[in-house]
Amino acid sequence: MTESPNLVAFTPERLETVKEIIARYPEGRQKSALLPVLHVAQEQWGWVSSEVMDYVAGLLNIRPVEVYEVATFYTMYHLDPVGKHVIEYCRTGPCCLMGGEDVYGHLKRKLGIEPGETTADGLFTLKEVECLAACGWGPVFQIREQFYMNLTNEKVDQIIEELSK
Amino acid sequence: MARKILTEHINVPGIETFDVYRKQGGYTAVEKAIKTMTPEEVVEEAKKSGVRGRGGAGFPMGMKWGFLAKPEGVPRYLVCNADESEPGTFKDHHLMKCIPHLLIEGMIISSFALGANKSFIYVRGELMYVIRILEKAIAEAKAQGFLGKNILGSGYDLELVVQPGGGAYICGEETALLESLEGKRGNPRNKPPFPAVKGLYQSPTVVNNVESISNMPWIINNGGDAYATIGIGRSTGTKLISASGHIQKPGVYEIELGVSVEEFLNSDEYCGGVRKGHYLKALVAGGSSVPILPANLITKTAAGEDRLMTYESLSDGGFATGTMLGSGGFIVFDETACIVRNTWNFSRFYHHESCGQCSPCREGTGWMEKVLHRIEHGHGSMHDIDLLVDISKKIEGNTICPLGDAAAWPVASAIRHFRDEFVWHITHPQEATQPGAVYMGEMALV
Repeated sequence: MTESPNLVAFTPERLETVKEIIARYPEGRQKSALLPVLHVAQEQWGWVSSEVMDYVAGLLNIRPVEVYEVATFYTMYHLDPVGKHVIEYCRTGPCCLMGGEDVYGHLKRKLGIEPGETTADGLFTLKEVECLAACGWGPVFQIREQFYMNLTNEKVDQIIEELSK
Repeated sequence: MARKILTEHINVPGIETFDVYRKQGGYTAVEKAIKTMTPEEVVEEAKKSGVRGRGGAGFPMGMKWGFLAKPEGVPRYLVCNADESEPGTFKDHHLMKCIPHLLIEGMIISSFALGANKSFIYVRGELMYVIRILEKAIAEAKAQGFLGKNILGSGYDLELVVQPGGGAYICGEETALLESLEGKRGNPRNKPPFPAVKGLYQSPTVVNNVESISNMPWIINNGGDAYATIGIGRSTGTKLISASGHIQKPGVYEIELGVSVEEFLNSDEYCGGVRKGHYLKALVAGGSSVPILPANLITKTAAGEDRLMTYESLSDGGFATGTMLGSGGFIVFDETACIVRNTWNFSRFYHHESCGQCSPCREGTGWMEKVLHRIEHGHGSMHDIDLLVDISKKIEGNTICPLGDAAAWPVASAIRHFRDEFVWHITHPQEATQPGAVYMGEMALV
């Protein structure tokens, strides 16, 4: 982020969403909105910078450190810039039983990156995640809200090619 | 065909919509409860049903409801635990995605029983698409007068809020979930006080699993006594089993508690047997944290009796020769699976997911992962096996929440039943680190 803190702001539609989220909780319990609001922030900026965290703290009327400790505790919030598509690949046992490790190796070779890295064209970021609660349909990865299941090398090729267009 | 309570209508086209769900008899239980019963009578039916917590702990739901404190003028909360994250478990994901109104109907009935006017469904953040399905269903139910102010003209008000998590297994622990719902890190709380006395916002709170709550419409329509006639002994009703691993037909199955493990594993109605050309090596019956069983203890207990899919039969023999039903995450391993590698994998999971509050768990899970990593990668020593057992014992029972136990049990049980496989990794590092190498006892490598 190059913007200065006071330039960080939700779009009007997202600000409405945030207000609606805050209104879900009892009076004085607006901190409950923190996790959902951070998801909205990530939707807008792709990741959650410290400027964004400060901004969210202001909206919820809580201290910035209360946002930092939450954003760094949960694994879904990206604390660094990411590519257009973040591939969140399940590395847990049941997926591995279904050949998840081999498919993962293929995916890494295909993208030419290791977990935590982004492809040079900025299209893909690879992230290893733990169990996605889809073990019967493994191997599995997720890109945003979409689950890609019963993965094979061929399927991975198709998905990557499709998303590269 | 076995009786279905939760999944009877799950394949009806359009069942995710209010209209279709309603046509299949949906929301009649809400009408019955709110119009003809008192909250106490609803609680009584839950107690009679004997339904036990389906998230893994197996604590009777009606009894849990009975503990809820009811001080005057203090709001009470019901929170549904939809943070399903236990490796091998994906039943709640399936249920909410396919038939969201079932959970919503259950939430209305349960909230009414507990006197809650604002209830939450805490869904793991990774399932954002399921959250959108639930929110749509809630809007439909509200438009039809089943949620919001003055439900069905009864004077009872209820708002349902769907809360996303942020990616943390620990939030499946009920007090960590409440912390998270308050917008904090998911650190489990010291107990007492229990949530029934001081839970969400320091108010009396009940936390129940998705599947547990989803049983309530049937229980109200048919009676708790009828529910209790299904199943065996204290394992009443049906259970959703998430079946994964080396089987013909992975998926989510609803069983009547009491079906044999043999039937569940091999019949075409369920898993359809181990995948073709392979044979059974091991089973994790209730999600990654329960003890792993070797082939000879899966379909029969140590005493030679048929092993049944019940809380009691699966734990027959204690941890020496038994396991637990847990969350119903049924992970099947055939002879190509390496137990050491899988144990290392699970260990890495628990290390990654430890919240870091209690030293035995924060440090111990990391040590176990490290030691298992070196055994799996050909750098282990014989001392490491005893070291793992020692660490697991020092974690178990020494932490605020059960994550410590959950991390210790898979390691301790893998060594208990597959010690020779660990020894082989240490004595044959060259062979053991070949890609796909698996210990086959006296036989050759696969």
